[in-house]
Amino acid sequence: MAPVEIACHDVSMAFATGAQPVQALAGVDLEVERGDFVSLLGPSGCGKSTLLRLIADVLQPTSGSIEVRGGTAMRARLAREFGFVFQHPGLLLWRTARANVSLPLEVGGWGRHHDPPHQPDDLLALVGLKGFEDAYPRQLSGGMQQRVSIARALVTGPPILLMDEPFGALDEITRDHLNQELLRIWAATGTTILFVTHSIPEAVYLSNRVFVFTPRPGRVLSQVRIDLPSPREPSVKDTPEFVKHTAALRRALAQGG
Amino acid sequence: MPTAGRSPRAVLLRRILLPLTVIAGLVIVWDLTIRALAVPAYMVPAPAAVARALVKERAMLLDNAIPTILESLGGFALGNLVAIAAALAFVHNKMLERALYPVAVAVRTLPIVAIAPILVLLLGNGYAPKVAIAALITFFPTLVNMVEGLESADVQAMELMHVLSASPSEIVRYVRWPSSLPYLFSAMRIASTSSVLGALVAEWIGTNKGLGYLIVLTTYDFRTALLYAAMVVTSALALLFFFLVSILESLLVRWER
Repeated sequence: MAPVEIACHDVSMAFATGAQPVQALAGVDLEVERGDFVSLLGPSGCGKSTLLRLIADVLQPTSGSIEVRGGTAMRARLAREFGFVFQHPGLLLWRTARANVSLPLEVGGWGRHHDPPHQPDDLLALVGLKGFEDAYPRQLSGGMQQRVSIARALVTGPPILLMDEPFGALDEITRDHLNQELLRIWAATGTTILFVTHSIPEAVYLSNRVFVFTPRPGRVLSQVRIDLPSPREPSVKDTPEFVKHTAALRRALAQGG
Repeated sequence: MPTAGRSPRAVLLRRILLPLTVIAGLVIVWDLTIRALAVPAYMVPAPAAVARALVKERAMLLDNAIPTILESLGGFALGNLVAIAAALAFVHNKMLERALYPVAVAVRTLPIVAIAPILVLLLGNGYAPKVAIAALITFFPTLVNMVEGLESADVQAMELMHVLSASPSEIVRYVRWPSSLPYLFSAMRIASTSSVLGALVAEWIGTNKGLGYLIVLTTYDFRTALLYAAMVVTSALALLFFFLVSILESLLVRWER
């Protein structure tokens, strides 16, 4: 068994907005092993994005504990042990694609204190943007912008990649294409990936394991291992095994109500 | 050219020749009207008389333009700097914003023509009260726009900065400041012309040089042609400032286009 990279024990989260605190997560237990591709699947508003932000130390849990690579989430954040890809690319419009990718090297002088594992241009090539190094975000399509943001998350060579519905705002064709690219990048880098999605086929296609969440407050309803062969090709989506998995996940989601 | 609509020549035609034609048309209407109605020259001078005054009195006009230029520029720089500093302080300290923002609004509601004599009493007859009034008139639009601009930073870019453990000064440098530039420039375009107005109003009270002084003097002396010439110079000055700010903007805020 591979070492555990991310461990959440009995994690609860309530937002103190308005008169009544909103319970986003209730007693979540979850473990992600090194090199895994794990998806968090659930309906909108089930707190899966919140969980990702707790792991990224952007938010603090109301109760419970989160361990990232044997330490606190804060330690992992300060050590840059994870990259984060948001639903919207969040690129800096005044920076070229290359300059956006190198931003994490500049902040805190990281690039001066560490040997950068990747060159920004190589990463742009890895995400299929060779030749667009000097383009500004406004000159790129939504899918291309999201590729830049993936390259940006990878530039410090983090062992973990946290992805919050990164392809949710894209059209299906672009999304399928980027799913394929992501699997390729995963294979090339060996990064542990924790991926939030509300698309059942996407979760099945990408992941080794899927955690199914209930609606608010979010709880882990079940954990499903996806034993489709790797590397996966789009044709796998037409196989009975794939359909069996999506059907199982759909049933699991239905149980949550 | 068949694609005349977008060629540089067509742009030049629309951007420059069109407004110039309108202005020339207005001058002709002006000339014809005073001829037709036999308006006496001390009430409204003919365009040609204004042009003659511009040439004949150019030394005097220039002499009086210089103090106005210095006061406007000084006030413009001071007002913008203080406003930018205040906006940066407000964004980092909400208490300060809640305490001082209403004061800034209250000061803004005081009529500038009423503050001018008070400042002359306080600061004397030199450059100081003029610069102060030009600064005061510049300050408010920049403050309002700058606070909005600094707050306009992309939510995901801000979360990214948190994930990267960026310091407050890095957040300003990499995200907040560039995000605010389009806002700053739209404020500075307003300020570029209103700072001239501020200096002019200040010169109406207690001074013996400057375009504002010249306007008051020539009004009382019924030297109407020179009065109009002084107005033309003032207007040209404000236009020049506006133009310079626009050029600076097009150099620094390229990504907005």
